[in-house]
Amino acid sequence: MTTPSEAPPGPPGDADPPGPGDTPWSRWDQPSGRWMLPGACPDSRERTLVLEAAARLLFPTVLVFSVYLLFEGHYGPGGGFSGGLVAGLAFVLRHIAGGDDNILVSRFGIRPPVLAGTGLVIAVLTGLAPVLWGEPVLASTKWHISFGSFGYLDVVSSLLLDVGVYLLIIGVVLDLLRSLGSGIARDAREAGETAPRPDTGGGR
Amino acid sequence: MNITINLSMALVLAVLYSVGFYLLMQRSLMRILIGIVVLGHGANLLLQLAGGAPARAPVLDAVPPQEISDPLPQALALTAIVITFALTTYLLALGYRSWVLVGHDEVQDDVEDRRIAARRGPDGAMEEGTAEETEAAPEDTADSHELEEGRR
Amino acid sequence: MTLLQAFVTLPVLLPMLGAAASVIVSPRASLQRVIGVVTLALVCVVAGVLLVSADSYGPVVAQLGGWPAPMGIVLVADRMSALLLLISTLVTLAVLVYAIDQRISDYGRETASTTFHPIFLLLSTGVSLAYLTGDLFTLFVAFEIMLASSYVLITRRTSASRIRSGMTYVIVSLMSSLLFLTAVGMVYAATGSVNLADLAGRVGMLPEGLKTVLALLLVVVFGIKAAIVPLHFWLPDSYPNAPAPVTALFAGLLTKVGIYALLRTQTLVFPQDHPSTLLLVIAAVTMVVGALGAVAQDDLNRLLSFLLVSHIGFMLFGLAVYTPSGIAGTALYIVHHITVQATLFLVSGLITRRTGTVSIAQMGGLAQTAPHLAVLFAIPAITLAGLPPTSGFVAKLALLRAGAGATPAAEIVAAFVVLASLLTLYAVARVWVRVFWGTPKEPLVDNDPNDELVVGTARSARGMYVGASSLIVVSIVIALFAGPLSAIASRAGDDLQTREAYRSAVLGPDTAPGGPGPVPVAAVPQGPAAAGGGAAIGAMTADDAEGTTSR
Repeated sequence: MTTPSEAPPGPPGDADPPGPGDTPWSRWDQPSGRWMLPGACPDSRERTLVLEAAARLLFPTVLVFSVYLLFEGHYGPGGGFSGGLVAGLAFVLRHIAGGDDNILVSRFGIRPPVLAGTGLVIAVLTGLAPVLWGEPVLASTKWHISFGSFGYLDVVSSLLLDVGVYLLIIGVVLDLLRSLGSGIARDAREAGETAPRPDTGGGR
Repeated sequence: MNITINLSMALVLAVLYSVGFYLLMQRSLMRILIGIVVLGHGANLLLQLAGGAPARAPVLDAVPPQEISDPLPQALALTAIVITFALTTYLLALGYRSWVLVGHDEVQDDVEDRRIAARRGPDGAMEEGTAEETEAAPEDTADSHELEEGRR
Repeated sequence: MTLLQAFVTLPVLLPMLGAAASVIVSPRASLQRVIGVVTLALVCVVAGVLLVSADSYGPVVAQLGGWPAPMGIVLVADRMSALLLLISTLVTLAVLVYAIDQRISDYGRETASTTFHPIFLLLSTGVSLAYLTGDLFTLFVAFEIMLASSYVLITRRTSASRIRSGMTYVIVSLMSSLLFLTAVGMVYAATGSVNLADLAGRVGMLPEGLKTVLALLLVVVFGIKAAIVPLHFWLPDSYPNAPAPVTALFAGLLTKVGIYALLRTQTLVFPQDHPSTLLLVIAAVTMVVGALGAVAQDDLNRLLSFLLVSHIGFMLFGLAVYTPSGIAGTALYIVHHITVQATLFLVSGLITRRTGTVSIAQMGGLAQTAPHLAVLFAIPAITLAGLPPTSGFVAKLALLRAGAGATPAAEIVAAFVVLASLLTLYAVARVWVRVFWGTPKEPLVDNDPNDELVVGTARSARGMYVGASSLIVVSIVIALFAGPLSAIASRAGDDLQTREAYRSAVLGPDTAPGGPGPVPVAAVPQGPAAAGGGAAIGAMTADDAEGTTSR
């Protein structure tokens, strides 16, 4: 389901692969499609193919599951917060597998703070909206939508609040990934290390 | 509805709180962080226990109404967990910054306080320009050296 | 009436909305500034409306989601909370104006920050929520919003010294938060409710020992946040290392929120009809230790921080007397002190920018080189010391009169009020002599230009002066309108002492969602009825209390 559109060809021989031009040997199996793939990996020696393959499979699945949690939240265990965290975890998995290329930023140009801010705006406005109908702040109502013979759908207005929370949490997790994940990795690379030294504090 | 306190739970609470407070008194921020996490677990467990005996669900239809446990403390605990989680990540980031800037993550004493305590006498006199703050007690220079080193 | 009830939520929701919008527009600095100022100005207006309404029609209560009080979350604006909300927001606005211009003059007009404005507004959200909330757990959440924002503000642009002081601050605050959570858990286990108005009835039914434990736990928790003396050590360590506007905001608001929480819980949940010896002693010690600490300091900001600690004792004194006039004095003192302490820290920021150092010994002659700074410092300093025509005098007089009529112990502590005022006067006079008189000294060169602390040039933009002087104007206005303000404060004190207005507004039948007509001022007193309102939980409460105490 996530096959790269252009399969990277080339025999894994000792010599440079003759086929697709100037790809260096260390990059010949680099993923070339962008959607749903882990991003560029700065150091190919750090790649773990199993995790990458698993991440390709799991990333969309976990996202769908998070949306399920979001919708399920009103009647069962779930909701915007847990949904958002699960979706955030999908991004964390992708980060661990594929490095700090954030797909939302690189592909859709959405910065994490904007995502968080939008979520908060949606949530607050949802909270304030009932005032327009003369109801108390944060009141909610239920819409019953019937689809004839296909059944019906109960939509609760607090779902919008949950959507806001969902976006907010994803934004926050992505921001955390950027500052604590990519940021620390970048600091370490700039310091010429592959990972932060393990001897941080504690020994006293 | 007779609510008795589960002794094992009370013991667990005692252990969590004492371990948490012990860790809070350490110098290293990492240990303090763990202490706060443990203490947070203790507080959340206390909230849970405030809602009734353990191992009961607060979900309608899942249990008979007389065995349902109070959902409010669980909601409170959930909120508290979220807050503790957020602050834990913040402390992690702070510890990392400290490690980058200072080279360790030790929580230090109030430098200025020690400097003032080590001063020979009160110089609160109102005569202008009498006190020469630049020549301070030896502890002061040691401390500022420490800080300067840290800054590099 | 629903519209007015919706108004109660606005001081919380508007800054939150502003913070979100500010994050979204974060690359555009000017838009962020507009959002910040407009949001806080709107909250000021809302707070003013709430104060007028609460003063003339009784507490305004908003039930979130329409859930009635003991079950749902309520926001309550009574005279006390609306008054403090108004003054806090005014101070926040002035500090924001100062901060905006400082940022412009330091980083240029175009430099935006994804953190500063949103976090600033979030802090305001937390403060508003803490003033307005009607239940203990939401108070915890409000404190967390406020403190989490303050953690970020105090450790932004980290330097080694800021990391050090920030760590102390964060750890102490986190520990007090966890104690607060523990207290909430124990209160709930003992009573089965976290709603303050509901607790007021239920805690009375608890055995005396348990009641004392809960009250003391809350005193410790709020005592750490308010920096009352045995628990104050973190404050002079952490505040002086933050940038001037941040310190001003913290000094003005955060400790006062702690005092407010103490005031609210002690009067509403654990009422007493005689002065509390413990609180009186703590108040006296706080006043004296803080003032003596201030006298010993050389660092201007640390000196002001110790003065802040000292004056927390004044507010505690009014509460400790436990009379309506004492509580009114505390309210008046909080209003006065929020304004003045924030002003002093802002002016200290201007002074350190001018001189390039925070050390009083290395300053001198500013009265010649910067006479406007001398004026800006003199007025709030005199106000803080409480010399006659100022708002400080009005507030101190109210406290002294409250103390004079009470027990002998209270009268002794009232003498401490005078003593601490004299020490305050001595401390600020010492600053005046060292900093503003004498031979002018060359400004020092800043050693760490990145920490927003000390610049060492005269680069102080106009907005910084506007921010500082507008707060001075506020404190003068407080002094001019001392009469009406004292009247409101004493009505607020009566409210807190009698508790009936608050309880009937929160629990009474007149405030059901969409309820008809305005909230009546005098509703039917209904103590036991309300306490037994939730029959199921009420039954559990009794069992619960037994279960907890029999062990």
